[in-house]
Amino acid sequence: MTPPTDRPSPEAFLARVTAEEAKAQRARFKVFFGFAPGVGKTYRMLQVARDLVAEGVDVVIGAVETHGRYDTAGLALGLEVLPRRALPYRGRVLEEFDLDAALARRPKILLLDELAHGNAPGSRHAKRWQDVVELLSAGIEVYTTLNVQHVESLNDVVAQITHVQVRETIPDSVLERADEIELVDVAPEELLQRLREGKVYLPEQAALAREHFFKRGNLLALRELALRRMAERVDEDVLAFREAHGVDRAWATAERVLVCVGPAPDSARIVRAGRRMAAGLRAPWFAVAVEVTSQPPLAEDDRDRLEAHLRLAESLGADVVRLSGLRVADAVLEFARRKNVTRIVLGKPRHPRWRDLVRGSLVDEIIRGSGDIEVHVLSGSAEEPPPRAAPARPGERAPARAYARATAIIAATTGLAQAARALFHVPDVEMLFLLGVMVAALTTGDRRASVLAAALAVVCYDFFFVPPAYTLGVSDARYLLTFAMMLGIGVVIGTLTLRLREQQRAAVARERRTSAVYALSRELAAAVDAPGVGAACVRAVAEAFDCEVALLLPKDRETLEPIAAAPPGLSLGAGEQAVAQWVLEHGRPAGRGTDTLPAEPIFCLPLRTFGDVLAVLALRPPGERRLTGEQRDVLESLGRHAAVALDRVRLAEEARRAALRAKAEELRSALLSSVSHDLRTPLAAITGAGTLLLDEGVAEPALRRELATTVVEEAERLERLVSNLLDMTRLESGVVEPKREWVPLVEVVGAAMNRLDRALVGRPVAIAIPDDLPLLSIDPILIQQLLVNLLENATKYTPPGSEISVRAAREGGTLVVDVADRGPGIPPGEEERVFERFHRAARTGVGGVGLGLSIARAIAQAHGGRLTAANRPEGGAVFRLTLPIATPPQASKEPAAEPPSAREVGT
Amino acid sequence: MTGAGPLVLVVEDELPVRRFLRAALAGHGYRVVEAGTVADAEHLAPSHNPDVYLLDLGLPDGDGIDLTRRLREWSRAPIIVLSARGREEDKVNALDAGADDYLTKPFGVNELLARLRVALRHAQASPEQPPVFEAGPLRIDLARREVTVNGAEVRLTPTEYRVLALLARHAGKVLTHRQILREVWGPNATEAHYVRVQVAELRKKIEADAARPRLLVTEPGVGYRLRDRLD
Repeated sequence: MTPPTDRPSPEAFLARVTAEEAKAQRARFKVFFGFAPGVGKTYRMLQVARDLVAEGVDVVIGAVETHGRYDTAGLALGLEVLPRRALPYRGRVLEEFDLDAALARRPKILLLDELAHGNAPGSRHAKRWQDVVELLSAGIEVYTTLNVQHVESLNDVVAQITHVQVRETIPDSVLERADEIELVDVAPEELLQRLREGKVYLPEQAALAREHFFKRGNLLALRELALRRMAERVDEDVLAFREAHGVDRAWATAERVLVCVGPAPDSARIVRAGRRMAAGLRAPWFAVAVEVTSQPPLAEDDRDRLEAHLRLAESLGADVVRLSGLRVADAVLEFARRKNVTRIVLGKPRHPRWRDLVRGSLVDEIIRGSGDIEVHVLSGSAEEPPPRAAPARPGERAPARAYARATAIIAATTGLAQAARALFHVPDVEMLFLLGVMVAALTTGDRRASVLAAALAVVCYDFFFVPPAYTLGVSDARYLLTFAMMLGIGVVIGTLTLRLREQQRAAVARERRTSAVYALSRELAAAVDAPGVGAACVRAVAEAFDCEVALLLPKDRETLEPIAAAPPGLSLGAGEQAVAQWVLEHGRPAGRGTDTLPAEPIFCLPLRTFGDVLAVLALRPPGERRLTGEQRDVLESLGRHAAVALDRVRLAEEARRAALRAKAEELRSALLSSVSHDLRTPLAAITGAGTLLLDEGVAEPALRRELATTVVEEAERLERLVSNLLDMTRLESGVVEPKREWVPLVEVVGAAMNRLDRALVGRPVAIAIPDDLPLLSIDPILIQQLLVNLLENATKYTPPGSEISVRAAREGGTLVVDVADRGPGIPPGEEERVFERFHRAARTGVGGVGLGLSIARAIAQAHGGRLTAANRPEGGAVFRLTLPIATPPQASKEPAAEPPSAREVGT
Repeated sequence: MTGAGPLVLVVEDELPVRRFLRAALAGHGYRVVEAGTVADAEHLAPSHNPDVYLLDLGLPDGDGIDLTRRLREWSRAPIIVLSARGREEDKVNALDAGADDYLTKPFGVNELLARLRVALRHAQASPEQPPVFEAGPLRIDLARREVTVNGAEVRLTPTEYRVLALLARHAGKVLTHRQILREVWGPNATEAHYVRVQVAELRKKIEADAARPRLLVTEPGVGYRLRDRLD
């Protein structure tokens, strides 16, 4: 009668387990590495693939460019090719590798040419290497091809050699992830020969670069670079082998490299150089950026560049660290000491010498303070960086109002000065003009406006006050000095004012974020469940970033469910859902401002502590806004707080469940030991009586009747037992919520009495329930069960014919029901033990599992009440049920109208 | 399965229970048709047009409550549902969907036969109600709106009388709280405690001991039943 349980079939289960295992296993990653296009990487990769196919390995081509070379194309024949995905883009249709199709197809090995390829707009990832990373983490082996100039850390070296800047690069970490790198090599002469024969395909835009690129000297240098890179790799393999086999370490790994990163464009080169040094030393390395708290924050474009450099460093495997301090050198050195850094790398200063005299030289300070740390000062770019546009500081775009105000103030000053001289014969009105310039600078808070004010002041002073008056001419050269001073003071004050304002703005922003983090951590400490954590987190993020936010929790590993959102009920589009899903599966940020699914309007951040992603935080900034690096930092620190809180909540929940499980386990074992006997006894009686009834030999009607009675009675006993066990299990599992209704107590008592009609035959039951009791808010079925259990208990443990009484009374805000008997009472000290599960009074031979009273107590507790046992002074036991009395609703109501003629009830 | 006794369609998937029902019913003059699934029942019901249904609520291929609803679309034959203890909600839903009564598993033959008797009697009764209901000391004259206990007249409020008269017209059958509410207080009433309060008042007036009712009994979690005879 119970429906079949919804359990996965063993096959499905096995399939799932195998899939998970495959995922957990590291998928192999092989790179065919060459020094230039045309060396035969794709050809070699296809050859290997054909061999594997011949051995029966499942190999599929994801994307291979044969560029019409018939020998290469011939190799691809007969291999399974995944269809490309068509992406409409600006009226054209671009064909791109279909990542989802590959994930769905799940071949053992996927061939994916050109690791450095940039994906067409609209793809999930901006770069093909990201596709590869996803494929690998899905457990699919990938074979790919790569040229040396596409390796990020070699990028600038290649550019120096060939004078061709390669844009599409891959992080070194991806190449290092490769399990196997196969060098595809050919002599440069042969390559040039192939080129002349037209066997080497070059995209049109690169054709111009051909002359530069395919020079023998270049090719030799590139080949050397590729071979060196291979040799490094072989070294690493040897090292790994030695370490894995317990051979003593050949190199001390005490080296640590620190690279100073700044917003200057050549900082990227310093980062790459630092990475090469670190790789050469096999040392961990830090990329450090310092925010100087005493200086105004960086301009927007400087900050973007700095962030780009830090991202580059991160992708090259650096530990990115952001420090803040009063002086760059102090902050760097302090950090370096703390982390036992052995080498500091920084760029050569590019500013004029005089600035060092004014501001001090970073290089000097670091070298002076470095002590035993080596300092490497590297040159920046060989070429001049692109001329920087004049820094567009937000405060400098002076609105017309600021100019107008400055002009007005100087005009007023001029008027005042005129009046002062005419009325009071004040001799030195230039002081008044200085005051005017200061006021203008302070009130406009704008450098250009204050420069304007200074210039106007000079002109007005000259025109009106400097003899000859009312001309711009100057008779006394000393006045020129006064002019210069006025101008200078105006500029200085304007600059100071502007700086002050910017610092103030930055301080306010910092303060706002710090207080957001602080407020969040305080709120999180108070949150007890995931929705509480979610609400606090979402509120804090929405306040700090002024955007729409949602926190999504994985429901069942697969789907995400929002547990909190601001504004509430915020819904995500299908594309946005996909971003969140991707973030959940891969544990990396995605969406706007990242390289993954950047077209979607949201930014998603994974919240994780260790291991699995606990939740995904989704932000939808208004308009086209993107999060700056600094904002992302703040968001990440908010996210970390939330993740820790979520983890805490989850652990608490798990602990609670574990306790529940343990309790259930304990119950089950107690059940097994105690119940088997009680279940078997009635079964034995039924089986015995039944078989006897089947036996034709027993013909005597009285005996047959007796046997039949036994069957019925024992079956009933079994039924009671099973009911009790079921009730207990349900109550124990915590799934029973009382279904409260407004019920008069007398009805529940009556129902209990009716159910026990047969058991109470021949027993006087005195029931005393006052007429004026209010309605109770109780679950009538459960409370009836409670009373039945108490009454049954009384009938079992007291002599037949002795009286049982049920009395109810109101005591303040509670209702008290006493079920009392005149039996032997409870042995002293056992008043609590009688409520324990499977407890049975020792001396009686009473049947039952000893669950009745513990069920009764569980029911009382589920109602917020109590059930206690005691002995009566006059003898016998009394069980006292105490229930809270709630304010009952309107007791009764006359029918709304004359009822319909009640001929048929229901339908 | 002899003679022209009432035809019972037993819808029950458990073979032992079916065997017991078959024996019990055949032994008391009923004719029996058996169905093990909802599909079987829907196939057999129109062709046999039984006089009464015994319907288990936990069938393997469908919901007994839905089956009740579909049967009620064309049949007025009484439906008695069989259900386990602890599934009171199912019972109420089945009764509200048009079932006439229920039996809680496990049950004895006597209980089964009593339910069947009451159900068949109500089904066969002429539309005109018997003007007088009598059970034990209680006598209700529906025509004269007069209630006596042991010959002494009992004064009831109009609402109490309406509740009692309703139960008397369906004597022996269970009525759910919702059914009583709808009939007495009108279709929009939802407050089950109105019924409970009226019943408690009624019991004080018609029962010898209101705390141990013999006539107007509570069916826990389901509703009330006015017994048509005292055992």
